[in-house]
Formats: sequence, structure tokens, C-alpha cells
Amino acid sequence: MEISLKVNGELYPIEVDPETPLLWVIRDVLDLKGTKFGCGKAACGACTLLVDGNSVRSCSFAVKFAEGKEVTTIEGLGTKENPHPVQQAWIEEVVPQCGYCQPGFMMATVALLKNIPNPTDDDIDRNIINVCRCATYYRMRKAIHRASELSQQETDKRVENNKV
Amino acid sequence: MTGKKKVSRRKFLIRGGIGTIGVLAVGTYLFRNPIRRKIVKVINTVETPYQGNTDNPIIWFEITKDNKVVLHSPKVEMGQGTFTSLAQMAADELEIDINQINVVHAESSSGNMDSFATGGSTSVSALWVPLRELAATMREMIRIEAASKMQEDVVTLKLSNGIVSSANKSMTYAEVATGVSEWDIPDTPELKPLSEYKYIGKPIARVDLVDKVFGAPIFGMDATMPDMLYGAVVRSSKIGAKFIGADVSKAEKMPGVVKIVVEEDFVGVVAHSMIQAENAKSQIEVQWEGQKELNTDDIKEMITVGKGTPYVIQKVGNAEEILEDGENLIVSEYWSPIGAHAQMEPCGAVAHVEKDKATIMISTQVVAITRNEIAERLNLERDKVNIIPTFLGGGFGRRLHTPNAIQAAVLSKAVERPVKCFFTRKEEFQNDTFRPPTHHILKAKLSREGKIEAMEHNVSSGDVAFGSPMMPRIAEPILGADLGAWRGGLIQYGAIPNFSAISWRVKLPFATSWWRSLGLLANTFAIESFMDELAIKAGIDPVEFRLTQIQDDEKGRRLKEVIKAVADKAGYKDRIIDGRAMGFAVSTDVNTPCAEIAEVSVLNNVIKVHNVTCAMDPGLAVNPDQVKAQCEGAIIMGLSASVFEKMEVENGELTPTIYGPYKMALMKHAPKEIDVVLLQGTDYPGAVGEPPLGPIGAAIANAVFRLTGKRLREMPLQANLDKQS
Repeated sequence: MEISLKVNGELYPIEVDPETPLLWVIRDVLDLKGTKFGCGKAACGACTLLVDGNSVRSCSFAVKFAEGKEVTTIEGLGTKENPHPVQQAWIEEVVPQCGYCQPGFMMATVALLKNIPNPTDDDIDRNIINVCRCATYYRMRKAIHRASELSQQETDKRVENNKV
Repeated sequence: MTGKKKVSRRKFLIRGGIGTIGVLAVGTYLFRNPIRRKIVKVINTVETPYQGNTDNPIIWFEITKDNKVVLHSPKVEMGQGTFTSLAQMAADELEIDINQINVVHAESSSGNMDSFATGGSTSVSALWVPLRELAATMREMIRIEAASKMQEDVVTLKLSNGIVSSANKSMTYAEVATGVSEWDIPDTPELKPLSEYKYIGKPIARVDLVDKVFGAPIFGMDATMPDMLYGAVVRSSKIGAKFIGADVSKAEKMPGVVKIVVEEDFVGVVAHSMIQAENAKSQIEVQWEGQKELNTDDIKEMITVGKGTPYVIQKVGNAEEILEDGENLIVSEYWSPIGAHAQMEPCGAVAHVEKDKATIMISTQVVAITRNEIAERLNLERDKVNIIPTFLGGGFGRRLHTPNAIQAAVLSKAVERPVKCFFTRKEEFQNDTFRPPTHHILKAKLSREGKIEAMEHNVSSGDVAFGSPMMPRIAEPILGADLGAWRGGLIQYGAIPNFSAISWRVKLPFATSWWRSLGLLANTFAIESFMDELAIKAGIDPVEFRLTQIQDDEKGRRLKEVIKAVADKAGYKDRIIDGRAMGFAVSTDVNTPCAEIAEVSVLNNVIKVHNVTCAMDPGLAVNPDQVKAQCEGAIIMGLSASVFEKMEVENGELTPTIYGPYKMALMKHAPKEIDVVLLQGTDYPGAVGEPPLGPIGAAIANAVFRLTGKRLREMPLQANLDKQS
């Protein structure tokens, strides 16, 4: 069956079983490898990406449900020249160790900050529930707070520019 | 620079290839009797020597046309930050900017391989001298060549940021290397004094940071090859199951199937997608034999001090005799469960087997062993098998044997196309090489003044190092006791007049092996919980109590320093303040002492670790920020393993088989503050990645005792507390 999938702003017509998990379409059909396979049962969050801005564990999300929606993966978040505030914060805090789970955590953080722009530690504990075996949680928490600051600064700048 | 010697052309390589103009590799450093050295070094649990080749012309460095240097690392990067430290070490001796160096994994066909492995917290310490010597030699070769090209006297040339300059001329390293077919190789130059290093000792950002933040396809799971198919192999969920045969008639008819491959030891599917391969795999009916219907209690029964074979691994004075008499004898028993690696990237490989060669892309900690195993299985010469190591989505010892590469290769050979083949998560949990369960009996007697007169540690454990392909077979009869199992099991308090440690070896019916820090976590949990019990019996502050049991030599001095530093930094007080207590523990691993204090509360029976303070002396920290990152990660991983994690055996199956039911520490369990103090007791780097995992379990248990009066002698601690309540 042909499905039209919009990923990182680009439309891709793809021929695929509509029940296929979105993860495998992203990774093996579109060859975007930043979204990771961890468990295949939505239990670890390594495959987290955004569908219409909400975090989704793509290993357990049929591709048909993404049709007509905006899918964002780590590759569509920011560029090296112009990183997303979450990526900028991750760089400033030197968060990754092995790095495998990090895209999932960053995508989950983007979704968290969309809903709660200035999260408390409790907000972070309740919403960031992915698994990191290197256990980089300590720096991740700092980076999430930092990302919130950076996003706020970006918003302030935009508001300021609009005034002028 | 004296004693220049001209070496023949075959002593070095010039590599062509894209963007590459010169490759230099010089041997300056040679270990003799590698096996003996390896065993002796490992026995002493000090730094393992580098086991690769620094003598033959294999690629270490390349200079590219844009004047960058590519370092082909014989050690793999699994998050421990080794690539960054190696870049710092090489850049400092090469006189290049840190941004001019690109660290890549050495391929087995052209690069250097460490026949030991990447593991044991030894990568930086083992390469500390040889890598800097190679870099310094290459720097001097460039200087000599530049002098000839620039027609200047060697001694007048200055090297900096990849540029050679004289009073009025300058050339980039790339320009110097262009067109050179024969190099003068000087004797190994003197290394710079530490004070002159620009990068070593500084908190440089990780060299792989940007790739990892932008989701670059750097892992084994991300590897692809043109025209690639997907494989899936059937693995038994039962302990002891041996493959006999399979009925593949249903599976063959499944959509997307290219071929079903039935071998003597396994059956696998090749299909056009991963999903198709897994779907077809589920239709294969396999016959197994030898399944063992065991349960957790059976395993616990096997791992009991007194069963298996005992080996005395430490003996000072005559503890046994003193402790034989039951008067005033203090005895405690401790247990630790089976642990899973649970690394985020499942094991797997992409293999392409052609007529007379094989190429394998894989996340592995053992490049050389994987190459040799594939060569043997496919009946190829070893040099016809190229292992291309990728970044590892976690290692922790899980990839110290990667025979799954064989399966990918066999499938590829059968379909004459590249095949990608990975474990499912359930297979990871059931076919892991687990951290073995342990049982400990500790005995001691105290003097009236509260000094330990005699102490004995008996530990029973499944194998860790033995049975692993990394250990030379001759090691077993020589060593007797499994050195991995007793890591951290020696008594580190040298001022005790009589102490001994005995290791009981048990072979379990499922694979047990290396798990980050090996026996350190369990052994330290037992010994340091016991030390806390003794301190309480003696009525002495637990920090003070330990300090009085430590000898006055160099090792003892470093141990005391970390204890004092952590107590000082945490403001240690042995009393409950605002519902929180501090628990203290200390361990010595691979010559790195590490002390930790956990600030804990127990509310509604839930153990909560609020803050952890850590003082560690790994010697010189090549990258202090990454050493701290290793401490932070190891502390939370150790917290996870000691408070939550446990594999069970039910009706012959290891369980659970998924994150969640296999309970691990998440963000909400991570301490809000982790304060790391680094001491530098030596002017060379020691072990970093594993030592900070040691004390945390005991530190938490000791705090819980203060809060609840309950002594948790079995990990995982939360389950133990639940049981006691």
C-alpha cells in the first residue's frame, strides 16, 4: 500500500505494509538512522520521535497513523550550524557517553518543553522515562534545565524582534 | 635526536586512498612474552598492558591532504571516552591542534588490533606510553623530512598546530608528507614533561560529541552495505538448549523470505526486511535438546560458599585459625543476584561474505577474536577477514565475545549478499552473558580497642573470566581462581594482622561473564557492609574505623586520602539529619581507590538516594571532565544494579525479558547531586571506567541501616527491604 509520509518537512511516497512500525520505515526505508531500535516494545524510548510535536515511541506505532502528520526525527531537529536549543544544551553539558539512547532522550525533551516550557525536577522525573544504560541522567537533567533556558531566550528574542 | 637509523621501505606504509597521502607507523615499543606478562599483570589486577602490535608497519596515523591527522584506534569507543583521551595524547606529542585529529576505529585488515580487548578500564593506561611514543616519533620523522625539503637545519625547525616553520619558511605536515616514499625514523624521542602538555589533563569536550548529539549513523545497528538483506536467527529461551534441527516448511512460504539457512548449530532466515525476517523466523519449528528446567532457587543453591572448588586468593597471618574458635566471632552472609547487561544497542552485525573474503561491520569489544572466529568458521585466511568496528551502543562487557558475527557471516555466504542480523530484546535478555550471582560469608574478630584482629572473606561466584575466549587457556590451571570473580574481593585493609580471602568457583549452566567492574560491585557490597557492621559493633565512627585498619604504604596512603577527601567534601556525619542518613563505603579496583557517600532517605519503605559524593584517585586524569562523567554514570548504574536489578530463572528460562519488568534506575531515581573529587596519586593514568561502580551498593545499604535498623544483606536492596517489612 502506498503511504505519503511527511518527515522533517519533506514528503515521501512509500510503498509499505501500513502496519509496519514507523521506526523501521524511518530507519530502513528512509535511511534516517538517528532514531534507534532498543526493545521493540515501547519500553525503553530509544526510538522516540515527534508526530505533530508529540513524543511517540515509534517501534510500536504503525506507520499508517503517521500519514498526514508531521514526523520529526533527530535529523530534522537542528543543524550543526544552527542547533536546536535541546541539542545546544546537550553539547554544553557534554551529556552523551555511548550516545545510543541520546536522540530518543532529546526528542522526549523537545516534547516536554513544548508542554512545560520551564519544567521542575518533578516534571522531568514524571515525563522523561526513557532508559540510558550509561546512566547519563545527572547531566541530562542539567541539560534539560539548560535547554529550557535557551528556548526561553530564543522566544524572548523572537518577541523582541517582532516588537521592532 | 641521536642515533638516527634508516629503515627499509617495507618497515612503513604509504597508503593511497581517498584524501590520504601518507601513512606512518613506526614500531618503538615491544612487549616480550605477552601471555606471561598478561597473566602476571592481570593477577596483580594492575594495569593490563597493551596487547597489540607497535612493532610492525600497521596503520596508526594518516595525514590527509587538508592537513589533518587520522588516528586509527586499536581500542573501541563505547562511551567511556577513550577516543577523546587518545586524541589528547596524540595531539600533544604530534604538535597539532586537537581539532586537527580525527579518531577512527582501526579495521582489522589494515589497522592495529589489541588481542586482549577493550575492557577492564585499561585503554588509556595501556596506551599511555606507546601511543605518545609513536606520536612523538612521527613528529620527529616529519621534522627530519621537513628539514630536507626546506633545506634547513633540523634543530632550527619549530613544529606547532601541524605546521613546520623556520625563520622564513613554513610547510604544513601534509606538504611535508607529500611524495615521500622513504622516511628517516629516529630512535624513540623523549616524551614531553607533563607541564608542557596543552591537552592532557584538561577537560576537552568529547571528540564524538557532535556526532552523538545530531544522531549520526555511527553504531553497528546503523551500518548498511549496498544490496543488503536482513537476517534473523532462532535462539532458544531455555537454559542448556542445544539445536538439533528444524522444520522450515512453513517459514519458507512467508512473504519476503529469500532463504532459510539450516546449519549444524543454528537456523536462520534471510529476508528483504527485518520485519519479514522476524515474521518468518516465528514460523520455524525448532527441535532442541538438553533444556534444563531450573529455577532461581536451584541457582542460588549452586552458588553457595562451600560448594565448588575453593582457592585461597589472599592470606596474611593466620585468620583461619583465629576465626575457628567461635568466641566473639562476628559472621555475616551476603548475596547478589544474576545481572543483565541491558545495553541499549542489541548485539548484531552486518556481514558480506564473498568468494575469498569477508567484511563485517560490528560493535564489538574484541576485534581480533571476532576476526579469528569468522576466519575459522568460513575457512578463510585471517587476513581475508576484515572487521570494521563501529561505535558501540554500550559495551559493559556484553561485547567481549561476539560470536553473533559468525551467524551474520554464514547467512551472507548462503545468499551471496550482505546480511544484517541483530538480536531482539528478548533474545538479549535470555542469551546474555550475565553477571554471575554471588554468595559471601564474612567473619571477623575485634579487639577490645575496636581493631580488627582477623578477617576472612569467602566468595562463591559463577565464572567471569574463565570460559571467555579472551583468557588464554593456560590461565585457568595457573590461576585456579577466577580473577574476574574475585575482583574487588581482596581485603584492602592491610593493617589488619590476619586476613584472608577464599574464592569458590562454580560453573553455572548458563553463560556468565564480564559485566562492568566484574566482581567489584558484589564483593564491595559484601565487604563494605560487613565493615560497617564491625564499626557499629566497635562503637567507632565508620570512616574513622576504616582509617585505623589501613597500612602505611603507598597504596594505603592513597586509600586513606580518598576516604578523607570524600568525608570532608560530603561533611560526613554518622547521624540522621532531616530524615536522611549518610552511608559510606570504599573500594580499590585495578589500583584505583574510590570512596563514596550516599545521602539516603526511606519514606514509605522506598529507598531514595538524594546525593552522592565520590572521591577517586585514578592517577593522572587525562580528561578530568570525562573521568567525572564516568563516575557519575558508574554511580547511577551501580545504584541501579544494587537497588533494583535482578534476573530470575523460572522453569528453565531467564526472565524478565524486557525493560520495565527488568527494573532499572530511571531519571527519577538518579541522585540530584553527584559531587566528584578527583585526586592524583600518580603521574600516569590508571583505571577509571569501573572503579566508581564499587562502593555505591554498600554505601546505600549502610545508610538504609541507619534509617530503618534493617541490615540489607542481599541485593537488590529495595526488594530485600520490601521482604523485611
